[in-house]
Amino acid sequence: MAQVVVEDLRKTYRVAAREPGAWGAIRGLARRRWREIEALAGASFAIGSGELVGFIGPNGAGKSTTIKILSGILRPSAGACEVDGLVPWRDRIRHVARIGVVFGQRTQLWWDLPVIDGFDLLRDIYRVDPARYRRTRDELVGLMRLEPLLDQPVRQLSLGQRMRCEIAAAMLHEPRLLFLDEPTIGLDAPAKLAVRELVGTLNRERGVTVVLTTHDMQDIEALARRVIVIGKGVILADQPLDVFRAGVLAERRVVADFAGEAPRIAISGVEERARDGRSLELAFDPARIAAPALIAAIAANHPLEDIRVVHPQIEEVIARFYDLHGAGEA
Amino acid sequence: MLRPYLAILSARFQLVLQYRAAALAGFATQCWWGGMKVLIFSAFYAGARGLAPMSFAHTVSYTWLGQAFLMFLPWYVDPEVADMVRTGAVAYERLRPVDGWAWWYARALAWTAARVVPRAALMFAMAAVFMPLVGLGRWGLRLPPDGLGAILFCAAILAAALLSASMTVILNVVAAASLTDRGANAIAAPIAIVFSGSLVPLAFFPHALTPFMRLQPFAGLMDTPFRVWNGELVGAAAVGAIALQLAWVLILAVLGRRAVEAVMGRIQVQGG
Amino acid sequence: MNGLALYLRYVGVSVRGQMQYPRTFLLLNASQFFGSAIEILGISTLFGVFGHIRGWSLAQVAVFYGVVNAAFALADVATRGFDVFGPQFVRTGAFDRLLLRPRTTALQLLGFELRVQFGRLLQAMIVFAFGASALRLSFTPAHVLLLAWALAGGVALFGGILVLQATLCFWTVDALEVANILSFGGTQAGQYPLNIYAAWFRNLLIFIIPIGCVAYFPVVALLGARDPLGAPSWLLPLTPAVGFLFLAVALRVWALGLAKYASTGS
Repeated sequence: MAQVVVEDLRKTYRVAAREPGAWGAIRGLARRRWREIEALAGASFAIGSGELVGFIGPNGAGKSTTIKILSGILRPSAGACEVDGLVPWRDRIRHVARIGVVFGQRTQLWWDLPVIDGFDLLRDIYRVDPARYRRTRDELVGLMRLEPLLDQPVRQLSLGQRMRCEIAAAMLHEPRLLFLDEPTIGLDAPAKLAVRELVGTLNRERGVTVVLTTHDMQDIEALARRVIVIGKGVILADQPLDVFRAGVLAERRVVADFAGEAPRIAISGVEERARDGRSLELAFDPARIAAPALIAAIAANHPLEDIRVVHPQIEEVIARFYDLHGAGEA
Repeated sequence: MLRPYLAILSARFQLVLQYRAAALAGFATQCWWGGMKVLIFSAFYAGARGLAPMSFAHTVSYTWLGQAFLMFLPWYVDPEVADMVRTGAVAYERLRPVDGWAWWYARALAWTAARVVPRAALMFAMAAVFMPLVGLGRWGLRLPPDGLGAILFCAAILAAALLSASMTVILNVVAAASLTDRGANAIAAPIAIVFSGSLVPLAFFPHALTPFMRLQPFAGLMDTPFRVWNGELVGAAAVGAIALQLAWVLILAVLGRRAVEAVMGRIQVQGG
Repeated sequence: MNGLALYLRYVGVSVRGQMQYPRTFLLLNASQFFGSAIEILGISTLFGVFGHIRGWSLAQVAVFYGVVNAAFALADVATRGFDVFGPQFVRTGAFDRLLLRPRTTALQLLGFELRVQFGRLLQAMIVFAFGASALRLSFTPAHVLLLAWALAGGVALFGGILVLQATLCFWTVDALEVANILSFGGTQAGQYPLNIYAAWFRNLLIFIIPIGCVAYFPVVALLGARDPLGAPSWLLPLTPAVGFLFLAVALRVWALGLAKYASTGS
């Protein structure tokens, strides 16, 4: 029984159309025109308990609309949706008591309040049993190394610190489902790594289902075992990450460093992708030539110093995918 | 040379026009305020007509004019400035290649004009045209006694607009300097309301205060032009009053320039 | 933790938050005091010229003024969340966060910030005290009870008005000014005894936006005067109940606004 079930979800917005320029503004005072925007045009998918899903798509594709519907804030125009047996927008209060939501760059904690006081207030809002709360809180504080931050008002924390507190705050009431919306945006590299590690731990060790919405493809690479790609209001892909990757860009890369100037490699099934002094990046189709064979062929004829086999960058994969499906920014 | 200032005038105007719901709502609100005041004056006058320093008709006109030109009261700090102060972006003002005070003045003038013009037009249409048409002329706005009065009124209103903008600039500067958008606002508002004649026409205040009331700068925002409209100020007296308005504009402009220079020099960029 | 307990928690949090900025706190209180005081300044100036208004003296008007303004001030203090609802919640999308919490939005907004601003209330109390002492009002238990009851009804009424004002934001974030007609305008209208107004306006203030029920009638009873409008004297003390009715209606409209928000988003 899947935890999240979405069937043929649709959502249309009506937006007032503004005309540019001064004259248009004056005309806008008298008569208003409306535009219809179809944000979701029939999306369907299901997420099982304990999964970690990357939910990606270009801007305007319908990602945030879907998340808002799943979290119960928005009502769809048509279609069905159930989370843990509840219809999110209809049973709002019961539903939101079971989920956690983290928005990147925005905090749900109280700005002037010390972190720990904000946690306590959330305990009261979510009606968590005090003994259970203490246990959960201490575990999360330990896991995210928040002890030194607890007494500080939220406004004094750095973005990275705030994000860690934010994730802890979202977990205090032990939700089974966590929505993360751009959790690493604006963070510096160490903070990003910390957040990714945290999310991975929460998912692996506590079985929390995670739906991760992000534009940062390194997040996807590090965490997601499955990706759902949405474009122009429809689901374009819903696959395990490697299947997705292979489906879009069925090639692998070899990066080789040579003792001298990088040579020209002429092997069938192999193409040069980039060259930089002594370094060479080659693309090859694993169906036509296997990696070991390729390495052997190169090493046999040229003075090789170092070699590594990599996947193409996920950004490239995604960009290629969007291109293929004409799914670029709406 | 004028282009940047004209550009911002136009941009601000457009911005305010976009909020058409707000515009209509503002108008409705002011019809209410004006109507309330007229009702209350009417009740007062019914009891003791002879004691009033102004005729009922003049008081009513004064009240409607007060609503029409309410936005002359420098009681809002430009929300853009308020935002800038809160986010610390005020320091970036120094990076613009224009004269600080003139830039702020153009912005203040545009903001004031954009708020006043639509409401004044609507208010005039309501109180001077619509109300007499439906037989409520007694509680409406009467027209000036003659054409010369109307012309002098226009001059006085223009002077009031310039005066209002120069006050707004100083308010904005104080807000920027104290790094909080609330302080200047809070003090300026009641003072402006009382001394401009917005609360009650200045003539109603005790006689002993009259000379002071006539000379202080806020009188030029409302009391002066309204008395010109009513025909209480005519000819040389009217011209003299307008001259006083402009004198205050100059004084406040000079103060404003000094303030802008002082503040721009002192602003520390808030770190992040 | 039930709703009331949570509300009190919120109050504590909010007060502590504001106490961190003592300068702002003092400034806001002072400005509110003077800002609302100019209203009575205007009234007393007019009384200085005219002497009376349809037979009511300045001291009597001061009592009406005090009661209405006190009720509004108390409601205003409690409902800041609704006051800033448009700019701080709807426009920024912060309202979504409230929807993501397993509590009613009304409770959360009530608890948003208890405005520790008593400038207007203080001013109202001073004016009331002046009027009451000038009239040598006796404060029997019955009178005190009546006053408290009238205030309660008034707070409920103004609370309802402010909730309605916030509900507007679901449809348009910018048309907030017109709602001031009800709150500030209602206060202003209720400051004077209702019989000075023409019949149509009076009835508006009794039956539609029932300021009259929470201010005029109870105060007439308090002053021991016979109602010039001719309402029977047994009815006078009961009228504040209407304020609570109004609040109930307002909360129903709020629920409608919520449903609308859920279908159009932010």
